[in-house]
Amino acid sequence: MAEVEVRNLSKAFGESVVLDNISLKINEGENVVVFGRSGTGKSVLLKCIVRLMEPDAGEIFIEGKSVLSLSEKKLNEIRKEIGFLFQSAALYDSMTVRENLAFPLIRNFNFSQKEVEAKVKSSLEKVSLEEAIDKMPAELSGGMKKRIGLARTIITEPKLILYDEPTTGLDPITTKEISQLIVELQKDLKTTAIVVTHDLICAKIIASHAVVLKDGKIKYEGNIENLVTTSDPFLKDFFSSEILEVKNGRN
Amino acid sequence: MIAGLTTFSIQFFKKVFIPPYEFAEIKRHMDELGVKTLPIVSVTGFIIGLVLAMQSQPTMARFGAEAYLPSMVALSVVRELGPVITALIFAGRVSSGIGAELGSMRVTEQIDAMEVSAINPFRFLVVTRVVACTLILPMLTVYVMFLAIFGGYLAIFLSRHISFQLYTNTVVNALEFSDVIPGIAKTFFFGYIVGIVGTYKGYNADNGTEGVGRASTSSVVVASLIILLADMVLVKLTVLIWG
Repeated sequence: MAEVEVRNLSKAFGESVVLDNISLKINEGENVVVFGRSGTGKSVLLKCIVRLMEPDAGEIFIEGKSVLSLSEKKLNEIRKEIGFLFQSAALYDSMTVRENLAFPLIRNFNFSQKEVEAKVKSSLEKVSLEEAIDKMPAELSGGMKKRIGLARTIITEPKLILYDEPTTGLDPITTKEISQLIVELQKDLKTTAIVVTHDLICAKIIASHAVVLKDGKIKYEGNIENLVTTSDPFLKDFFSSEILEVKNGRN
Repeated sequence: MIAGLTTFSIQFFKKVFIPPYEFAEIKRHMDELGVKTLPIVSVTGFIIGLVLAMQSQPTMARFGAEAYLPSMVALSVVRELGPVITALIFAGRVSSGIGAELGSMRVTEQIDAMEVSAINPFRFLVVTRVVACTLILPMLTVYVMFLAIFGGYLAIFLSRHISFQLYTNTVVNALEFSDVIPGIAKTFFFGYIVGIVGTYKGYNADNGTEGVGRASTSSVVVASLIILLADMVLVKLTVLIWG
């Protein structure tokens, strides 16, 4: 498990300030959901945490280590303990599903061919897509890609998993399935997770703690249940459609 | 762009000599790039020699220098036409492909996925492709030189019925190491240019599919331009060294 702390993080693209002095602490084993309108810096926050993007100011600590001051080698040691599920799943186009899953194992760990094969099959079994093992990403549907992306994310048994809109663009049934899958996997692997999403249904299944970003700042931080009954006009407006669906029994 | 390309090149040289070496990946790219380019360079090489001989024959006949036609074809092909035209075709075929492939990997976050998995994408995607381009282009060029010289023979044979033995003897006697070595040596630079420009454009692509298209086309334009400029410098250098 991993503890993540973000201190006074700021990031701007030209004139547009995306993250403005954000501080956040995620305890070991905690699942946190990050909400916010499009362009409010949710994905940027995730990318700063794994240093895919360099913030303009602030500090990020994972298991007490300052991510921003680490050398490439030490950063990669930390990255081996992190899983990142991209919005588009980001499967390698030129590789089969098997090769996609085996890739991080072969490159970063000293597993035998047999062990790699066993881990690939076990990961695919967890996402119920064993039959897709020899398919190319282009042959998979959106939902299948997300599942394979999830399988690739968990194959290295990371301590921290970052999910960037894991259910965006999926139908409600697949959304629910993926959300439940994420919960099951986290129970198995006992990971810490940060989930960026717009989907309240997904969020309620996955996490108990929520953070809402607005204009680069944290607008709300606390229990996810309170979001549904909030009196704050912005939050009420933001979640109105989702709340309606929840009340109508979609969950 | 010049500053970006220079920084990118420095990064390449910092990584290329430090293990782990990606031999399997380099070999895979060499196979792929070589096979991809082989048909078009074969046709072009053969036609260059053929047309060069056909075009030059009447002029050389006017000066009574027809006997020098095989030497002229061989020298032109080995010193200049073979390396430059193969490099330009290679740039058109390969640089755009690399630009599009890496560009699409960039905009679909595949490069980010690699980076976040603690795999150095620069080493895996860029270094391997640049090395493959640098090594495969000289091989393709030698092949094109042979085809072009054969094309030249065919043109001369059709009009003058010269024997193949006489033709090859004349060609071999005309060529010296100072012609062959610089001709082939500069293709290593051209291969490097094709690789580094294609990977630079693709690796730094942005703005979605539009960016991928731009990376692909600008790779060809920039690589071709740099090849021609580099050729100018390298020819001058060759003349200074070899005379």
